[in-house]
Amino acid sequence: MNSKMRWAAVAATSALALGAVAGCSGGSGEGGEDGDVTIVWWHNATGEPLSGFWEDVAAEFEEDHPGVTIEVTGYQNEELQRTLIPNQLRTGSGLDLYQQWGAGELAAQVQAGYVMDVSDQLAEEVEALGGVVAPWQYEESTYGLPYNFGIEGFWYNTELFAEAGIDEPPSTLDELYEAIDKLKAADITPIAVGAGDGWPAAHYWYNFALKSCSPEVLQAAQAELTWDDPCFVEAGELLAEFIDSDPFQEGFLATSAQQGAGSSAGMLATGEAAMELMGHWNPGVMGGILQEETGDEDATPPEFLGWFNFPAIDGAAGDPTAALGGGDGFSCSAWAPPECAELLAYISSVDVQTRFGESGAGVPVTPGSEPGVEDENLQLVLGGLRDASYVQLWFDTAYGPTVGGALNDAIVQMFGDQGSPQDIVDAMSGAAATL
Amino acid sequence: MAAPEVTAGRVQVARPAPAAPPRRRRRPLRDTALVWGFAAPALVVYIGFVILPVVLAAVFSFFNWNGLGPLDRFIGLDNYVRAFSDPVFLGALRNNITIVVLSLVIQGPLAIGIALLLNRRLRGRTLIRTLIFVPYVLSEVVAGLAFRLMLPPGGPFDTFLTSLGWTGTKPQWLADPDVAFWTLFAVLTWKYLGLAIILMLAGLQGIPEELHEAAALDGASWWQTQLRITIPLLGPTVRIWAFLSIIGSLQLFDMVWILTGGGPLNATQTMATYMVDIGNGRSQIGFGSAVAVILFFVSLVIALIYQRAVLRRDMAGAVTRGG
Repeated sequence: MNSKMRWAAVAATSALALGAVAGCSGGSGEGGEDGDVTIVWWHNATGEPLSGFWEDVAAEFEEDHPGVTIEVTGYQNEELQRTLIPNQLRTGSGLDLYQQWGAGELAAQVQAGYVMDVSDQLAEEVEALGGVVAPWQYEESTYGLPYNFGIEGFWYNTELFAEAGIDEPPSTLDELYEAIDKLKAADITPIAVGAGDGWPAAHYWYNFALKSCSPEVLQAAQAELTWDDPCFVEAGELLAEFIDSDPFQEGFLATSAQQGAGSSAGMLATGEAAMELMGHWNPGVMGGILQEETGDEDATPPEFLGWFNFPAIDGAAGDPTAALGGGDGFSCSAWAPPECAELLAYISSVDVQTRFGESGAGVPVTPGSEPGVEDENLQLVLGGLRDASYVQLWFDTAYGPTVGGALNDAIVQMFGDQGSPQDIVDAMSGAAATL
Repeated sequence: MAAPEVTAGRVQVARPAPAAPPRRRRRPLRDTALVWGFAAPALVVYIGFVILPVVLAAVFSFFNWNGLGPLDRFIGLDNYVRAFSDPVFLGALRNNITIVVLSLVIQGPLAIGIALLLNRRLRGRTLIRTLIFVPYVLSEVVAGLAFRLMLPPGGPFDTFLTSLGWTGTKPQWLADPDVAFWTLFAVLTWKYLGLAIILMLAGLQGIPEELHEAAALDGASWWQTQLRITIPLLGPTVRIWAFLSIIGSLQLFDMVWILTGGGPLNATQTMATYMVDIGNGRSQIGFGSAVAVILFFVSLVIALIYQRAVLRRDMAGAVTRGG
């Protein structure tokens, strides 16, 4: 190698390194020549049936819209929510349609100017959806549409209930306590909870708060992020009492919610525990765990599953038919091409939503798509949702990650026998002060 | 250009031909350019991926920022005040320091002892050495998950203990806040002891056989030889291992994250897991950056003090002075 060549090599290497540092842009968005448009779409489905379903939806949309290419990718949920989407939004390009959990997080993204306002373009869809779209709205404007919304309840093992001599699923808290005692007497672990993940334990407090506080108080708390009403402390007292009845599996503080047979969902799926308080996605999670554990790709959620709503509490201020729930949606980024909103509308169409219901992956939200829900348990969830006079979004989603994280952490402390009902309220107020 | 004898590796020693004195000046300049040319790619990467992120984290740490939108809420040192008044962060800091101390006090002597044993001639020595090093070669995630699967209540490890004759109630290895930290430390020891032993063995190889012979001739026992000759001469190795161990313990993340995620009830939280938990998990990038800066300075200060006070003699000659 002579000197000149050597210099050229050095320069080339430096340029490469510089490129690696400065580059990394590129990607999607506003199409190229000839009206060609690429839509980059990120969702949280990493397993079947949902990931294949979204690919089909993308392919159908491409077929109906010549010149549109959709790059659809599924990422692990937490990774997507906490790292990938915020980082990509900050770059101001490269992402068009993305998973949107709504409420607190949506508000932060809208304030930063990252989300497309689809109020006008999708006015028809928004009106059809009705109240369920609220978490995807901010200050009267709509920034996304849900495709899946369900409420939480106890998933239970009907066979174990029969074995313990419980004839009817509990409808009041006292009946729930009775059921717990009967299960314990039959040497069955009454409830599995994935407290290691935080939020599954926190959902108990959420439900007690829902039953202790009136909808007006809950809405005011969410809007102002203040929790002065004594009902929030009362929720903690109810939770402390519930934990004292010792209904959970051994070592629940380290149990995860959804990973493998040792998780709380796995325990319910394999008959190790009789109940689990969980969202409407639970049968799907259990099916996935059984597929992994048995190696049988066609394994389905267990036959013995039943579902009942979180029991009412006599004399509590909360609306007895109120339900706690949450859902999934999609938003378009502020820089996405207009076709993105069309894709959003297509996802929300009765046809796609009906097939989404048929896939068993969730509960569709577009009116007219209900017949797609074939699973009996999801029909129960759908019925509960229809009967609910008030639906409260998961508190951690509603309050946003900062307050929600502090809330979940404080509730888990109570599960570990540390901290008082007042501490939970203080943790939320403390976190809200750092916003 | 002339001077093809100047190769990259030997820039310093290449002597210019004495025949052309006026050109002499230009050569160092060209050498400098050459050095910069070769160093530039590495420097660019280093500045771009190490220095710049550190500086950015320092900047973020003075803001209340959720990671979205512009940096426009300057709050001075509030994030630092908050970190040092948060019992969870202080607990994490305490956990880090406990792990540093325990590693030095427990893993060090254990590794030296095992290395001394393995340094003697015995059948299957190579096999034993390999086996001891295996945990270190395993990926953290694989090892962490394996322990997670083994340690739940009534899991394989408890079954194993029962088969050994312990029929009573076992501790909840990962679920009891009073036990989980010790479980974590045991797993860390299992994971990193192999590296310490290999380092010590390498150090032992460097001790001349003659010294042992001389000692034996003088009538020294095996114990005396180890205490008076082997261990003092192992000093440089021990000091380097201790340095690696301290820094590793301060920045501990992966094993904790996989094994316990910092739980139960923050019992195994370290500064690094706390940083990710709060900064990433709760969208408090500004506050998380402040924790990162604290972690950086704690590590830096300890590393510098250690280098000055302990490694000074070992490093002598390794660092070239300019000129």
